[in-house]
Amino acid sequence: MSQEEYRMPEAVSYLNSPKGWKSWLFTLDHKRIGMMYLLLTMVFFAVGGIFALLVRYELLTPAPTFAANTYNKMFTMHGAIMVFMFIIPIIPAALGNFFLPLQIGAKDVAFPRLNLASYYIFIGGALLAVLAILLGGVDTGWTFYTPYSIKTATAATLVTLGVFVMGFSSILTGLNFIVTIHKLRAPGMTFHRMPLFLWAIYATAIIQVLATPVIGITTVLLVMERVLHIGFFDPAIGGDPVLFQHFFWFYSHPAVYIMILPGMGIVSEVITVFSRKQIFGYRAVAYSSLAIAFISFIVWGHHMFVSGQSELANLLFSLLTMLVAIPTAIKVVNWTATLYRGSIRLGTPMLYALAFLFLFTIGGLTGLFLAALSVDVHLHDTYFVVAHFHYVMMGGTVMGLLAGLHYWWPKMFGRMYPETWAKVSWGFVFVGFNVTFLPQFMLGRLGMPRRYHEYAPHFAGLNQLSTVGSWMLGVGFLIMFTYFLWSLKRGAFAPANPWGGKTLEWQTASPPPTENFHQTPTVTAGPYEYGLKAMGT
Amino acid sequence: MMGLLGWWFSQLSLPNASNFSLAVDRLYDFIFWLSVVSFLAIVLMMVVFVAKYIRRREGEATPYIEGHTPTEIGVSAGLFVLVMIIFYWGYRDYMQMRTPPAGAMEINVTGRQWEWEFQYQNGRVVARQGSEPPVFVLPRGQNVKLILQSKDVIHSFYIPEFRVKQDVVPGMYTFLWFEPTAVGEYTVYCAEFCGTDHSRMLARARVVEPADYETWQREWELAGVKSAWERQANAAATKSAAAKPTGPETIADQGKALFATKACSACHSVDGVSGAGPTLKAVFGHDVALADGSTVKADENYLRRSLMEPAAQVVKGFNGGVMPTFQGQLKDAEVTALIEYIKTLQ
Repeated sequence: MSQEEYRMPEAVSYLNSPKGWKSWLFTLDHKRIGMMYLLLTMVFFAVGGIFALLVRYELLTPAPTFAANTYNKMFTMHGAIMVFMFIIPIIPAALGNFFLPLQIGAKDVAFPRLNLASYYIFIGGALLAVLAILLGGVDTGWTFYTPYSIKTATAATLVTLGVFVMGFSSILTGLNFIVTIHKLRAPGMTFHRMPLFLWAIYATAIIQVLATPVIGITTVLLVMERVLHIGFFDPAIGGDPVLFQHFFWFYSHPAVYIMILPGMGIVSEVITVFSRKQIFGYRAVAYSSLAIAFISFIVWGHHMFVSGQSELANLLFSLLTMLVAIPTAIKVVNWTATLYRGSIRLGTPMLYALAFLFLFTIGGLTGLFLAALSVDVHLHDTYFVVAHFHYVMMGGTVMGLLAGLHYWWPKMFGRMYPETWAKVSWGFVFVGFNVTFLPQFMLGRLGMPRRYHEYAPHFAGLNQLSTVGSWMLGVGFLIMFTYFLWSLKRGAFAPANPWGGKTLEWQTASPPPTENFHQTPTVTAGPYEYGLKAMGT
Repeated sequence: MMGLLGWWFSQLSLPNASNFSLAVDRLYDFIFWLSVVSFLAIVLMMVVFVAKYIRRREGEATPYIEGHTPTEIGVSAGLFVLVMIIFYWGYRDYMQMRTPPAGAMEINVTGRQWEWEFQYQNGRVVARQGSEPPVFVLPRGQNVKLILQSKDVIHSFYIPEFRVKQDVVPGMYTFLWFEPTAVGEYTVYCAEFCGTDHSRMLARARVVEPADYETWQREWELAGVKSAWERQANAAATKSAAAKPTGPETIADQGKALFATKACSACHSVDGVSGAGPTLKAVFGHDVALADGSTVKADENYLRRSLMEPAAQVVKGFNGGVMPTFQGQLKDAEVTALIEYIKTLQ
């Protein structure tokens, strides 16, 4: 079938019907809500990225460029914006919202009004955080460690309140997704016929619902201590500063998996479709998501090996942390094995998925250094940790996100992105990322602590290399931003199924109509039933 | 590229300057080479598969492969063994770091925004001179235990060349120990973000031969005696000069004086005889039986808590609620001095 049969320029879709700004702001359509999330979180990504470039610019030379307090606010805002306003919400709330109902063959999520409410709650929390930036920013680091966060004169109260409010949005979205997956699957779509993206979203939703209340309570305690001087965390008024770290990481460690699991889900989709293969070990990949979600709740103490917590606690947390390696490695091995005897198309989504495999493997393996107690004593709070979590969060989640954005761009907007420019941009992002963050492993190994505004001259060479890398990353993202915008108006019209996907979102028009499917689809096979059984195993 | 990476990592030469450096580096290297092998295995497979199975025409047939359970189990089991080795290795070395040998030289270290201060047992205080970070001297080959406390927020005491790091937490004592093995000067960093001048919160650890260390302390003690004489000579003119511990008065001496002035001795004997409160003779470092049936090892944090929250851990055979709290009554330095005094009562 030719493209034109799938979509004429004037075709009715969720994008143009109904019309008017009110129809967007008050929409109950999961696709429009997903779009609004996407727009907002990408804006925060840009803002967080600018802060990152400023941080790297400061570190170009050992001597200070900005004032110390300015620098401290820049890395705090970079971290807080990227974590709470970009990387936690973007894949579940933007892509998850858009594709969850499509992939299970439903008209919408289970609770459309709740979905819209969670969007506005997110905006409310984000506004508090933005207000805090306008009022001078925060300088505590995104971790808000007490008692410094109690004592600092900066706008820590507003930011933590913002995190508190955004947490509700995260909980409600998670709840909505769990119910949707349980109740609204199309006829024939058993759990084991669900796309792996949904398994990942499902595992993520469980963590969102169970862990987020803890950060909510923690931020409230922090605000109560700052405003009412009740001694929870500051020993000067009878509190325990390390208690805050337990509370904080009890959420924030599972939150790392809130960030990475959806990215893993996208990679599972893209690798199968672009190599035209059934995923290698569907159940292993699906269950390892759940295993990771479960283990993520019992490893928080590995952030605190030198905090003064007991040796027994350190023993247990180190032991449990080692277990995370197993389901993670299972996924990596299975993705790689899926390529075997495939018919591999190196489109941009696939390039990002392969970049994910490459970078996330480094991120995962460097986690072993930090899980080993004696080695962590040396590496904790150095640039090694910074490099490690950027390899996981950016090399993992962001590469997964970019794979997903390119993969689903035609479906979301009905237009193709320009393939050549996308590959150029990919080159900048992939090389730039490694140039930025590989030197940071070495800086950490040499003992350069994190959050240093000035540093000893012998760290200068590696820091300069890293800063040059950040500029390459900046160029890559600028190209991407430009061609994405360009493609909205000028890109070639997308067919319904440009990649030959078997999951349900590809079985409807690009962009989809408001009700997703004209008829409820019936599912008779798994999501990745490529290949000939006759060709054997 | 991977060769370059391997070379690059091998170029990381951080001097080995403590008894722990080599052990930490050995495990680091083990994990590093294990990682390089695993990474290369994955990336090589990926590259070979992509090159070999690149799509040559649309509609190529591919085989249907559901998976291979032995592979999954093999990977899981193999990895489990490897990570358990890493875990045990790291734990074993870590426990050495957490077990200071008896007779280690103790130095009290105080962190505050944004400076370090070192107090030796003989009372000598090494603090920042203007904008210059403090330089504290250590004898090579001597076990050193640092008892860390913070005046304000959390700091972290870090010497990369020694491979030691410990958070310095307000409201409690933490410690670390090491044996400096190479003469030289090493930077102490604050590794936990603590505010504006976090990156300027530095100190220098100067490791010297034991004889040079003796000379360094001796010179200071002689200077103290000299200044004490001068003080006596000018006693009438300089009333306040005696307030600063410039003379060779040890921390334990200061604690002993406090023990008298704060009337601790009214209830606590130092000779093993119980009074209204338990004796403090041979308490430090020993197990103490508590009224609730549990036992606790009397370390710095136990003694500190007994001063601040006397009702929290009542010694067996005594009544809670008798001893008043000294929360807010004693300065941190005074608490430390009292503890140092109690340590001498063996």
